[in-house]
Amino acid sequence: MEILSLLGSGFLVALSPLNITLLLTGCFVGTLVGALPGLGPVNGVAVLIPLTFAFGLDPTSSLILLSAVYFGTMYGGRISSILLNIPGDEPALMTTLDGYPMAVQGRAADALAISGVASFVGATLAVIGLSLFAPLLARAAIHFGPADYFALYILAFATIGGIAGVDPRKTLLSAALGLMLATVGIDPISGVPRYTFENYHLFDGIEPIVALVGLFAISEILMLLEKEAKDRTKAIHVKSWLPQWGAIWKTRWAMLRGSGVGFVAGVLPGAGASLGSFMAYVVEKQTSNKKNTFGKGDPRGVAAPEAGNNAASGGALIPMLSLGVPGSGTTAVLLAMLISLNVQPGPLLFERQPDLVWGLVASLYMANVALLILNLPMIGLFTKLMVTPTWALMPIVAAVTFVGVYGLSNSVFDLELMIGFGVLGYLLRKLDVSLVPLVLGLLLGGDMERNLRRAMSISGGDWGILIASPISIVLYILTAGFLGLSVWLAIRDNRQDKNAHLADE
Amino acid sequence: MTLRTLTSVKLGAVLAAAMTVTAVPASATECIAPSNPGGGWDFTCRTIGRILGELDLVDGNVQVTNMPGAVGAVAFAMVAAERSDDAELIVATSTVGVTQMAQGRYPAPLETMRYLAMLGADVGVIAVDNDSPIQSLAELNEAMVADPTALVTAGSSGAGGWDHIRLLMVADAAGVEDLGSIRWVQFDGGTDAVTQMMGGQIDVVSTDMGEIAGFVESGDIRILAALSDEPIPAFPDIPTAISQGIDVTGYNWRGLYTGGDVTEEEYASWVERLETLYNSENWQTAATESGLVPIWRGGAEFEEFVRDEAQVMEDISREIGVIE
Repeated sequence: MEILSLLGSGFLVALSPLNITLLLTGCFVGTLVGALPGLGPVNGVAVLIPLTFAFGLDPTSSLILLSAVYFGTMYGGRISSILLNIPGDEPALMTTLDGYPMAVQGRAADALAISGVASFVGATLAVIGLSLFAPLLARAAIHFGPADYFALYILAFATIGGIAGVDPRKTLLSAALGLMLATVGIDPISGVPRYTFENYHLFDGIEPIVALVGLFAISEILMLLEKEAKDRTKAIHVKSWLPQWGAIWKTRWAMLRGSGVGFVAGVLPGAGASLGSFMAYVVEKQTSNKKNTFGKGDPRGVAAPEAGNNAASGGALIPMLSLGVPGSGTTAVLLAMLISLNVQPGPLLFERQPDLVWGLVASLYMANVALLILNLPMIGLFTKLMVTPTWALMPIVAAVTFVGVYGLSNSVFDLELMIGFGVLGYLLRKLDVSLVPLVLGLLLGGDMERNLRRAMSISGGDWGILIASPISIVLYILTAGFLGLSVWLAIRDNRQDKNAHLADE
Repeated sequence: MTLRTLTSVKLGAVLAAAMTVTAVPASATECIAPSNPGGGWDFTCRTIGRILGELDLVDGNVQVTNMPGAVGAVAFAMVAAERSDDAELIVATSTVGVTQMAQGRYPAPLETMRYLAMLGADVGVIAVDNDSPIQSLAELNEAMVADPTALVTAGSSGAGGWDHIRLLMVADAAGVEDLGSIRWVQFDGGTDAVTQMMGGQIDVVSTDMGEIAGFVESGDIRILAALSDEPIPAFPDIPTAISQGIDVTGYNWRGLYTGGDVTEEEYASWVERLETLYNSENWQTAATESGLVPIWRGGAEFEEFVRDEAQVMEDISREIGVIE
């Protein structure tokens, strides 16, 4: 009951006219920034930090504005994933797998509505989890050591083979490429430069967003140039401007499962939203892919990762607020923002500044409602983008990606790298190699390696540490179970195919 | 047709908005934070930039640009190559940056730039979990001398980074023979390391006080020693290493440099303006509130200090085999 009264006073803070205006502005700006390829939550939040100082906003109002932007970008990232097959930011990567095929089939409105509602469900459940259990969960998360994180990443990579593409060998090849690219840069443990060719721009490794935008957006433009030379492309046919509500209701279990998986990934500071949406997709595919519809426009393949990435973003606020440990780039920016407003997140924040914390939690609830209300009527507008001929749309996309990537680091090198990745993406697409595993390898590979190295530093080189904790043992058993199940299913399908074949004869 | 116009107008507006975000007015004073938003360098630029404006020490506002990359090397190279005589440009740096320079990880030597001033410092501390059997710095040193591999130590830098070197300076002063055999684990930040210590994964953390102060106040961790000359004002009860017979200080100072080709007048003008800023109520409040101890070193004195510090770093790095 105490929580309810705290939350009630939080709503009173959040409901002032100024704060509501900030909330709506933040949601709108966030959705737009998230939808633009190359511009992600980090940009959105970073750009607004100086503004909050310029307007002299108090900490609570600033935080309301920034968290609205934060959630807004998570909602927005999926829009270009679905409409253009170009993820707006890293966590929206998995949404391309089924979202874009849905749009191609003329069901863009459905895909947008499902992802919007899934985002709402994921984010809302995460905020409920945050209000009820934040300090408790933070205390539980600290028992995850480097060896346990390594086991978690092993589980993730074991499932990567099943996510996309016709040929699992090509999927593995793509993931291996991503893992190799993840080793570029100064090794953070020993300080030795690897594959940097004495070029200090590569010292920090390859920024995943640069690779992501290059691989998806630039290669899309190259594919288009090729097509345009042969025959003029027509815009995609749109079956319906408005979503069918029945289709959304059918994905309810996918949303709940995705939220659960994503939330856990978010609460663990070493995991984050990208891992959350990826695991949510894999779990959903494993549970629901009875008719082999995933990857071909299954609505559940849109609902699960979207619920997952939003639940993870909400969950990530738990270690950020109650421990001061940012789980991702965006939460790192939010953390810096809090510190610059003289709010020190950490074990005492909930006791010392309850009005700030509960004002934030209340505004998160409101931001979610606002985003849902803002996003659903915009579906028609976004869907209309689909009828814009690609020759008109793509130059704009190209301009936005260049501005976005340059804005990240003010470096021309990143633009060159992005174009390089565009060419690589073009070649891989020509070879029918899925790009999603490559980006996942790059996104998760670095963290997997760092945690392995940390575990080995702790044990002084004894590999036994990897199986020394109950958490890691459970994760390895899950991995083995998952792999065993996949092999068994493959053999069974194979036999059934043969039997069916024999029966035909 | 109307439909198409509508969408392109909308995208055009968005694009324009995106452009303005990255536009930099040509004549404004600019502070480059060679990191992503968040963290010490970003704080340095944003706070100093804000106060320079408030005190009318610059025309208009200070533009803060984030130029992350290679712990400051990307920004360093850009300034050296393109803006070495730009008197309206200042760049944030700190002990961490000087460590990188000393280890030859920047594309040009230290002397390429002119170092303006340090305005404050975060104090390095050695911490253990509240449940740890180790009660004092002496007990920690005893354990490390007896068996350097016995304890797992950690902080926010990799091997050879400032957090690591500070710990080794303490171990060295305590008489540990084989510094290289002390187990060191890198985490992404001081709080990451502290929470892993609370989770029982590691034994000792060496990092800046500012970031982890909350865990000291909540009683989750215990500070064995502050690596400062005087006790930290906010925590007067925490003993310094010096008071426990270990003559080591480990500040992480925050300061600024400018291009190497600015004129003497321009250099002197910056030092003077920064000293005015340092003495202002605004800076003293902002620094203290964010856990920094205000410390002033400026001009020639500061340039000499940076050179000396780099030399010390280089010697230790060579001793522990981080550089050849």
